[in-house]
Amino acid sequence: MSVDATTIQGETFVVNMGPQHPATHGVLRIKLTMDGEYIMNAEPVIGYSHRMQEKMAENRTYSQYFANIGRIDYVGAMIYNFGYACAVERLAGIPVPERAEYIRVITSELNRIASHLLWFGPFIIDLGGLTPLLYAFDDREGILNLLESVSGARLTFSYFRFGGVCNDIDDDFVAGCRAFISRMRERLTLYRRLVTDNIIFRKRVEGIGVIPPEICRKYGATGPVLRGSGVAYDVRKDEPYSIYPLLDFDIPVFGECDSMARYRVRMEEMNQSLRMIEQALDKLPSGPFMAEKVPRILKPPKGDCYFNVEGARGSFGIRIVSDGTEIPYRLKLRTPCFANLSLFEEASRGMLLADSLALLGSLDLCIPDVDR
Amino acid sequence: MVGVVNYFREIAQGLYTLMVGMAVTFRNLFLPAVTVRYPHETLQMTPRFRGPAELIRDGETGQPHCVVCMMCQRACPSRCIAVEGEKPEGGKRKVPTKFILDFTTCSLCGLCVESCKFDAIRFSKVYNLASTRKEDFILDLLNPKATRGASCS
Amino acid sequence: MTELLSIEPIRMLVFLVGTILFVALNAAYLTLLERKESSWFQRRLGPTEVGPWGLLQPIADGIKLAGKQVIVPDGVDKILFVLSPIMVSVPVIMNLATIPFSDTLVARNIDLGLLMILSFTSFNVMGIMFGGWASRNKYSVISAARVVAQNVAYEIPMFLIAISLVMVTHTFDLRETVLLQTGGFWNWNLFKLGVSPLMPAACLLFFVCLLAETNRSPFDMMEAESELIAGAITEYSGMGFGLFFISEYANIVVGSCLVTILFLGGWNCPFGLYPGLHWFFVKMYGIIFVVIWIRWSFPRIQFYGLLNLSWKILIPLSLAHLLLTCVMVKIW
Repeated sequence: MSVDATTIQGETFVVNMGPQHPATHGVLRIKLTMDGEYIMNAEPVIGYSHRMQEKMAENRTYSQYFANIGRIDYVGAMIYNFGYACAVERLAGIPVPERAEYIRVITSELNRIASHLLWFGPFIIDLGGLTPLLYAFDDREGILNLLESVSGARLTFSYFRFGGVCNDIDDDFVAGCRAFISRMRERLTLYRRLVTDNIIFRKRVEGIGVIPPEICRKYGATGPVLRGSGVAYDVRKDEPYSIYPLLDFDIPVFGECDSMARYRVRMEEMNQSLRMIEQALDKLPSGPFMAEKVPRILKPPKGDCYFNVEGARGSFGIRIVSDGTEIPYRLKLRTPCFANLSLFEEASRGMLLADSLALLGSLDLCIPDVDR
Repeated sequence: MVGVVNYFREIAQGLYTLMVGMAVTFRNLFLPAVTVRYPHETLQMTPRFRGPAELIRDGETGQPHCVVCMMCQRACPSRCIAVEGEKPEGGKRKVPTKFILDFTTCSLCGLCVESCKFDAIRFSKVYNLASTRKEDFILDLLNPKATRGASCS
Repeated sequence: MTELLSIEPIRMLVFLVGTILFVALNAAYLTLLERKESSWFQRRLGPTEVGPWGLLQPIADGIKLAGKQVIVPDGVDKILFVLSPIMVSVPVIMNLATIPFSDTLVARNIDLGLLMILSFTSFNVMGIMFGGWASRNKYSVISAARVVAQNVAYEIPMFLIAISLVMVTHTFDLRETVLLQTGGFWNWNLFKLGVSPLMPAACLLFFVCLLAETNRSPFDMMEAESELIAGAITEYSGMGFGLFFISEYANIVVGSCLVTILFLGGWNCPFGLYPGLHWFFVKMYGIIFVVIWIRWSFPRIQFYGLLNLSWKILIPLSLAHLLLTCVMVKIW
């Protein structure tokens, strides 16, 4: 249901979907120029959560910055830890033992499932169904309990260290993971029956918020937004890192470009993450979980390095410029949500307001990730 | 004619998915609630849980192991630890006289615990911190009971 | 006792007090039922602290609402602003005057009872329109206009189904309608397939129209379309807001009473043994349970989807049902 923006006549009025709003999932302000119910122009105003993360990096040592990196996208913190640890290890040339790589991948994929569950709940709430949130959070409790038993924290894990992870995993964790995997597979069926097949839900998201792949390319959108528009790009397959080449998994790609396609990409990604965790648990080697002889105060050699990982919301890139001291000279964060949000303006022209919320929800934004 | 059949089939399929959805929620009616009725019931924390830091004391003498080497203070990214110490008369090593942890800025990153070589600081299992005053969260680790906020569970 | 009741003014007074108590208690405890039931579906506990099992929660909510300041914003149309909650809640309470709760328990049995109830439910729409218009807030007007469109669109299939039922029962009198369904459940209108083979479908259509008329999810444009706006009742606070909510729950009660009487046999027992008031309440609260169950299972329908559903699906189907009933009644 879309109207060509140039043919509408009549007066337009400006409305703020203000910084405090239940549907924007964070402090995001969108200045909407509306003609009746249709959106003529939607301008996101960001910066309400700007915490100067990149500047803080210039005042902290490499190890101290671990506390910050998890708080950029706090929902998928483990994956961001992964990116940062790998970037510094590449710069300083620190090898990572195999067991640590497997532990990193297992915890990252668990975190990815938790992040998608956290997206799923509020997305359905935006559309009016309040019950699937509670079911999703029940599953999320299982993951957070597992990750708490291994790292000590439930949201802002500072679990990785340069050269490995800070604590080892034990058999309880492995058993807990396997129990969780079998439980989660049933729950995915439950979500399919309750939400995905539901005709009311389908009418709300099918054909809504179409983002053609050209627009995705223009704005640099990555992650499920890009894969829901038919482009098969995933950092884990195209620029593989860690032990991902050894695992057998598929990248879900759907070509319809609407909100339903992005929804299905994320639900299928949860399934694929379960597969990856299972394989990693089967192949888990014994050995050290931390490299030896990693200096306490790390002083990487002069140079710069860029590392790309597949975050829950898209491709997260981190560039570190080092000048030989223990404090980085420059740290640049390429966050996926910034690029994903920037296509909202063009994609929402001529849409109804309620449909634009379905689009905004399906982009899966974490506003502190936009603002850093 | 095909249009009419499709019309009815769509309605029937739509109704069927609605019934399936209602059956899912109905089944949950008979499952127990997952709520933990805090404060009538409490939770047990995992061994590695990160609560506010506490000093490890020697079993017999009750003195903290801390030798005031200041590694934790240097490692903290938020500068929330303040340690002072002095060598007592006839003693071999320094003893802390002041050990303040400003919990309002602590991010529970764990660098202080990892950097300590003398096994003097660790995470506690306290999770039910609640207070109405900011002063209750400037924790004095040498006299933990004095601060109201850090009630041990 | 019965001699006292046969004195007309005393009988009317007793019924007046009884009806108002019934509406007030229902509106209060239906909020608790909704919160508890939603929590059972979501595997959590609803209100438990206020009173045992949360039974005093509605009283606490009522005291809170009554204690709030009733703000009448500057520049509103004062007469319409004050009139709107009254117009929304009074007709609903009046509806309860004709509903037969059991064979002898009916306040005033009017022989055009069904017609009266259907016409009073249309007042609801006008009240919300006045409320939206009177608040000097353009979003309230937009929201009120949507509610009017929704209610008008769903009244039509409701009336068509009611007409086809009247063709079956030959009477508008609600008490007569129930009396024609005495006996076991095979006598209920729902199962009178001999007269109209689509009767269960008609009951379902009527139920869907009930959901839409009372602005319940999945048709809750008015209350939950809070993407930008809080709906037609934004500017109301304190007891004005409370009246809107009482009227919503009272509408649900009246609607489920209507479904019980028209399709499910009113106060009759499924096996014909001990008919009475208790069966009426069992069926009525069963339907309210289903209404709440539907609310917590599905997302909201989009506005154009809602109108599509009514004009393109419900009206043709109810017209078809009407035609079918005519043919069956004439031939058999």
